Amino acid sequence: MARHSSLTIKDHFRETHLFQQRLLVMTIFVIVLLGVLIARLFFLQIIDHEHYTTLSEENRLDILPIAPIRGLIYDRNGILLAQNVPSFALQIIPERTKDTNQTLLELKKLISISDDEVERFNTLRKKKRRFEGITLRYRLNPTERAKIAVNLDRFPGVKIAAELTREYPKGKLASHAIGYMGRINEQELTRLDISRYSATKHIGKVGVERAYEDILHGEVGFERVETNSQGRILTSTPEVDPKPGKDLYMTIDINVQEKAEQAFKESENNGALVAIDPNNGEVLAFVSMPTFDPNLFVNGIDRKTYKALSTSPDRPLFNRALRGQYPPGSTLKPFIALAGLEYNLIMGNEEIKCPGYYRLKNDDRKYRDWKKHGHGETDMSKAIVQSCDVYFYDLALQLKIDRMHDYLARFGLGQTTGIDIRGEAPGLLPSKAWKRKAYNLPWFPGETLITGIGQGFTLTTPLQLSHITATLSNFGRIYKPRIIHAIGEPGFEEVTIQKPRFVGIVDKKNPDHWTSITNAMTKVVHGVYGTARGINRDLTYKAAGKTGTAQVFGIKEDEEYDEEKIAKKLRDHALFIGYAPIDEPKIAIAVIVENGGSGGAVAAPIARKVMDAYLVKEQK
Amino acid sequence: MPGFSKSEFADTTRIKAGRRILHGFHIDLPLLVSLLVLVVVGILVLYSASEQDNKLVEQQLIRLAIAFVVMFVIAQLSPDTLRYWSPWLFIISLIMLIAVLLFGEEGKGAQRWLNLGFFTFQPSELMKLALPMLLAWYLSEAHLPPKFKQVILVLLIILLPTILVARQPDLGTSLLLASSGIFVLFLAGLRWFYIVLSFILLIPASLVLWFYGMHDYQRTRVLTFLNPESDPLGSGYHIIQSSIAIGSGGLYGKGWLNGTQSHLDFLPERKTDFIFSAFSEEFGLIGAVILLFIYGIIIARGLIIAAQAQDTFSRLLAGSIIITFFIYVFINIGMVSGLLPVVGIPLPLVSFGGTSMVTLCAGFGILMSIQTHRKLIAS
Repeated sequence: MARHSSLTIKDHFRETHLFQQRLLVMTIFVIVLLGVLIARLFFLQIIDHEHYTTLSEENRLDILPIAPIRGLIYDRNGILLAQNVPSFALQIIPERTKDTNQTLLELKKLISISDDEVERFNTLRKKKRRFEGITLRYRLNPTERAKIAVNLDRFPGVKIAAELTREYPKGKLASHAIGYMGRINEQELTRLDISRYSATKHIGKVGVERAYEDILHGEVGFERVETNSQGRILTSTPEVDPKPGKDLYMTIDINVQEKAEQAFKESENNGALVAIDPNNGEVLAFVSMPTFDPNLFVNGIDRKTYKALSTSPDRPLFNRALRGQYPPGSTLKPFIALAGLEYNLIMGNEEIKCPGYYRLKNDDRKYRDWKKHGHGETDMSKAIVQSCDVYFYDLALQLKIDRMHDYLARFGLGQTTGIDIRGEAPGLLPSKAWKRKAYNLPWFPGETLITGIGQGFTLTTPLQLSHITATLSNFGRIYKPRIIHAIGEPGFEEVTIQKPRFVGIVDKKNPDHWTSITNAMTKVVHGVYGTARGINRDLTYKAAGKTGTAQVFGIKEDEEYDEEKIAKKLRDHALFIGYAPIDEPKIAIAVIVENGGSGGAVAAPIARKVMDAYLVKEQK
Repeated sequence: MPGFSKSEFADTTRIKAGRRILHGFHIDLPLLVSLLVLVVVGILVLYSASEQDNKLVEQQLIRLAIAFVVMFVIAQLSPDTLRYWSPWLFIISLIMLIAVLLFGEEGKGAQRWLNLGFFTFQPSELMKLALPMLLAWYLSEAHLPPKFKQVILVLLIILLPTILVARQPDLGTSLLLASSGIFVLFLAGLRWFYIVLSFILLIPASLVLWFYGMHDYQRTRVLTFLNPESDPLGSGYHIIQSSIAIGSGGLYGKGWLNGTQSHLDFLPERKTDFIFSAFSEEFGLIGAVILLFIYGIIIARGLIIAAQAQDTFSRLLAGSIIITFFIYVFINIGMVSGLLPVVGIPLPLVSFGGTSMVTLCAGFGILMSIQTHRKLIAS
């Protein structure tokens, strides 16, 4: 526009030529770029085709795990103790709701939803994808289910999901032995084989559920699914079917167990009882009172309930039978006496005088007998039947601590029995070496005395007491205690009975020694002066036993023990061990009644009920 | 008056007679036929990509019909008329662009639409034609090749709407606007010296643009284009999934309606910007080459029309329109195949969507007008 005159004298030919030239350049430009595009497509679709095909397949196909069905648990007679039942959970799919928070509020008006549950829901909501159902409430009861069901059209995105969940039909019964399941926690995730548990949300936490987790769990299956970009499943084809877990038959006889737990409830005491079949080590009853309802734990126990359970002074979650360590008290006397006989320190008919106390040489301290004025002339049998302390003070002094330790260790005290449930406590069997190590102190003779009557440092678990009683009744043959009787394939009648695990035999110098002990123990129940004579009424079989009391609270030398004046929790523990029938023992029992006081009056009757339940039924 | 073909065989055979009649209606048969073929292919792809959504296809057909009507109407206007209205059209477009920034309606984080009461309208689309028209008008008045001052003025004119559209923000359209303007300048005979110089200046300019001119999301797009794997589930997802779709199609493709990437929802925007990936997945390299061939024919016809145009305005405008059309195709296919960063540019006449289709067809209307209004004079 600089030279106005040029407007009129435009060089048309030159301009056209220039334009044609430029158009040619553009044409080449277009051809080259089209070539670039085709080259790029060739690269993607021919050269890298396989790579992208793989990626595309990976995109759309996925392998998903299918959870196996967990094995069931029965008692020894095939009564169901743990099963899988459909449980109805309330789920919300955030993607489909209009307003998830509003839906939550509305649902709260309809059924009870705790703050804990809302909190858990909100946590999960952040982790999961929007089209996934998130559980708000587990275990809807029929009323709640109905309330939701009739209102479902008001709540888009809300659904009732059915899933298999563990249920313990017997509730609180035998819960310490069966254990329970719970949701897999972070800690378990680190030790588990992730692939086996890829579809499983729950795992056995304690008891048989935990110990036999591998067998109960089964093998995970897989299905091939076609998913879209959000991971939503469109089609699925099974690849490997899941293998259900095996069924377990516990050694427990649930009827015996029930009688035992009932007996504790009737006596309104806490404690433990373990009954073992001496012929094979099978645990017939495994009681720890109080118990808890394992169903509470399966889908997450709420904080309040858990707090109540865990802080209760009765400690219902504590497995007393397995982990409770109590002084055995006088129940240890038959074993001490046997040691005396076997080491040739006493003769069965040899008598010593019991004045009601014992005194060491060069020591003024009086070691009291439970009977203030003494038992008078006392032989071994009388010492067991009437539980004379002085006799055993004297014997203990002759045996000395290390021989007592060695002999009792042969029965398995001071070490775990090796039962097939986890968490067993070993108890404590003192020795000079042990005291040196634990306290860096020498052993004092006075300690030997009280060890002779099962007090002092000695600690045993109810399971151990039952175990050594079984061994005694079986003439020294030791079987490892077991809680699982048989394993069954799901859907098949036949089961694989687990073989007894024979550990060894306590060597015997003279079988008569053993007989004299068991004879004395029989008199404890059947004798006129027997400390457990209270239970022999109408007994249809012959039983042997030994009562005991274990001090919880130290009584001073001259102080008298007055049960009435002492607070319940400071009262002595009542103990009883025994077995029956005496000729052919089928059941060996140990009972501990916490703060029960007298073994003969409180513990022995419980044992009797259990024996009756097991033996009388068998005779029928 | 109806024009006659320059061809020596103008008076032979019935086909040629038919063509003459079409010519009378200012319709260019080769262009029309190739456009129709493209549209048919496009509908087939859309049918598959939309999960056989008849309603959506129907919508697209209605838009195509409107677009073709617009094309025919514009073809009736003579290039002289177009030239006369060029400055006014530009001024109107510019005012509307400013209005959009002030009172436009927002959608998807961008302000592009103007509500005219009875329908919403994207002024940037109008500008796509107004800008090359204005420049063609301006340069056709001048002595070519353009002088330095003219070049500067032209660049400023280009910059004005480009910046306005980029502010909306609509990177794709502003890019197309700028290139359509620059093509006019190039075709007008811009000296190679300036071209080389501008390429050198492009480097500092792009740096300035990067740091001061771009929105965060635009920067992310460029970054993920350079390394899509860095964010496979975020912004890199589009590029990766699109490459998978195209690559897994192979030579023959997975077959019509059988694309897994598109039907299982992995391919984003598969009805709009990424429709070429859905097409390539189902029809393979062979299909893609055929589609490019159809585009090639349309572009070739456009170039011929430009070459045969009789005055500077017509040829500059025709050239710019057809090359911008090509740029559309190139950027879209380039971006879905991972050659170029993802800017929102649809595949012309195939992608689902209305406004740009009307503009494109209006452009073809101009081409037809230029082709069919030629006078019988030697060039």
